[in-house]
Amino acid sequence: MQWEPVIGLELHVQLATSSKIFSGASTAFGAAPNEQACAVDLGLPGVLPVLNENAVKMAVKFGLAIGAQINLHSIFDRKNYFYPDLPKGYQISQFETPIVGAGSITLEQEDGNNLRIGITRAHLEEDAGKSIHDLFPNQTGIDLNRTGTPLLEIVSEPDLRSAKQAADYFRQMHNLVRYLKICDGNLAQGSMRCDANVSVRPSGSTTLGERTEIKNINSFRFVERAIRFEIDRHIDILEGGGTVERETRQYDPDRDETRVMRGKEMSEDYRYFPDPDLLPLQISQTFVDAVAAELPELPEARRHRYEEALGLTAYDARWLSNDPDVAEFFEAVLNICNNAKQSANWIMGALSGYLNKADLGIDQSPVSPEQVGTLIARLDDGTLSSKTAKTLFDHLCSQGGEVDEAIEVLGLKQLNDTGELSGIIDQILADNPDQVAQLKAGKEKVLGFFVGQVMKQTQGKANPKQVNELIREKI
Amino acid sequence: MSNKSSINVPHLARLARLSLSAEEISAATEDLQQIVDMIDQMQSVDTNGIEPMAHPLDSTQRLRQDIVTEQVNPDNFQKHAPATEDHFYLVPRVVE
Repeated sequence: MQWEPVIGLELHVQLATSSKIFSGASTAFGAAPNEQACAVDLGLPGVLPVLNENAVKMAVKFGLAIGAQINLHSIFDRKNYFYPDLPKGYQISQFETPIVGAGSITLEQEDGNNLRIGITRAHLEEDAGKSIHDLFPNQTGIDLNRTGTPLLEIVSEPDLRSAKQAADYFRQMHNLVRYLKICDGNLAQGSMRCDANVSVRPSGSTTLGERTEIKNINSFRFVERAIRFEIDRHIDILEGGGTVERETRQYDPDRDETRVMRGKEMSEDYRYFPDPDLLPLQISQTFVDAVAAELPELPEARRHRYEEALGLTAYDARWLSNDPDVAEFFEAVLNICNNAKQSANWIMGALSGYLNKADLGIDQSPVSPEQVGTLIARLDDGTLSSKTAKTLFDHLCSQGGEVDEAIEVLGLKQLNDTGELSGIIDQILADNPDQVAQLKAGKEKVLGFFVGQVMKQTQGKANPKQVNELIREKI
Repeated sequence: MSNKSSINVPHLARLARLSLSAEEISAATEDLQQIVDMIDQMQSVDTNGIEPMAHPLDSTQRLRQDIVTEQVNPDNFQKHAPATEDHFYLVPRVVE
C-alpha cells in the first residue's frame, strides 16, 4: 500500500526583546544561574505580571508578514501543569483567543511547485526555566533565567507531506523571523524549538490517521530525521496490522530514533482558564498600522527585485535573498561597487567557499562588505585583474587591511603604463625569434604564448587585453 | 437537572499533586459535587448572544516599555528555597 504522511509543526520562537514578557528582568543568554529570575518570574506571592509592549509588537509583525488576521482583542490564559522548571504551577499562554489568527506562507520548493502551508494561529506565551540533570548527584538543578522569556508559538495546519518539507518549512520560518528581526534565530541556544505532529494514511484517503507528537527538536537536520523515523515507524505498525497509539515522543539524535515520553494514559489535562492577573489585551488598528509601516522587505519581494531590477538569475536571486544576513551583506557590497553580477559572483564564489571551509557564517566573515565592494570597484576600474583580485581577496581573508593600501603593499596594481609594458614585450619578442616567425606566418596560437610570457614576467599585473594589442602593433 | 457532571477526584488530586486518603477522597467528592451542582444550575441560564467575559473588570491590559528594570541577587530569593547549590535550585531528580 502507498502511504501519505501528514505533518504539522508547532514552532516556539523566542522573541528578541530585552526584558521578559511579564517582568523587567533581562532575557540575555548565558547569565550565571538564576541571576535573571526576578520575583515575577519566580511567581512569588503578591507579584503581578505586566505585559511587554515590544512582545506584542513582534507578534503583530509576524502576523502581518504571513497575511494573518490580527486579533485586536485577545486573552491570556493559565495552562496548568506541575514541573520544577515552572515555579508558578502554570504557564501564562493564550488559548481560545490568540493574538494572531489564521494566515499562510508559500513554501518554496526546489522543483518550482510551491506549496501553500496554512498557519492556524500564533500566540504569545512565557518560556519555562531549564532543568539540569547531570550536575548534581540524585538531584536536578533548576535555572530559572529563561523563565518568562517571551515566546511566539506558531502552529501550522497539517499541510506538510514529507520530512523534507517539514524541515524546509522550519528553515523558511527561521529566515522569516530573522528578516523581521523578532528572533535571533540561534538554534544552538534554543531560540527556536520545534514540536512535530506526525501521522500517516493510505494515499488518497481524506481522513487523518492517529498522530504522535515529537517534542522539542532544535535543528533542521534533526527535525527531518526524527520525522522520517516516525513516518517509517507508523507505516511498520500499520502494515503489521497494529494501531498507532496517540503519545508524546522524544527524538534521540545519538541513536537516530524516537522514544515514548508520555503515553495516552498520562495525557495532559491543562485546565486552561483566563488569567485573573491579566486584563484582556486590546490593541488599536493604529497600533497595527504603525507596526505594518515598520515591516521590512520580505524574502519573496527581495528575490523578485534582485531578478527584475538587478538582472540576476533566478538561482542567484534566491541564493542571495533566502538568508537575511547574506542579503544584507550583498546589498552593502552592491552599494559600494554598483555591480550586481560581480557582487553575486564574489559572495557566492570566493567568499562562500572561504566561509564554508572555515565553517563560519557570513556574519562572522573576516572580510567586510566594504572590502569586497572596494575590491570589485578596483576590478571594474582596471586597477586589478581577475588574477590579482583573487590574490588580494585571499590576503584580505588572512591579513585584513584596507583594500587600496593592500594593493600598494602587495604591488598588485595592473601595469597600464604602455612604455614599461612595451619594453618588456620588446625583450620577449627578441628572445623568441622562432615564435615571432610562426606568428608572422599566421599561427595565431603563438599569440597566447607571448601573452603568457608577459604575464609571467609581470607577475600577473599586466592587462592581458593591452598586452594583446601591443604585440599586434609590434608584429 | 439533566445529566450530572461526574467528578474523578483521584485524577484531580494527581493533577494537583495531592496525596489524599480514602476518607479525604470521599469528603472531597461530596464537596466538589455541590460546587458542580451549583455550576450545572448556572448553566441553565440562557446566555445566547452574550459575549463571554475574560475578566470582571471592564478595563484592558496596560503595556510595559521593553526595558530591563530588575537587577536580581539570587542569594535573596534563595533564602526561601529548601535546597540550593551554586545558585541552582535543587529538586528531587526529575527523570526525563
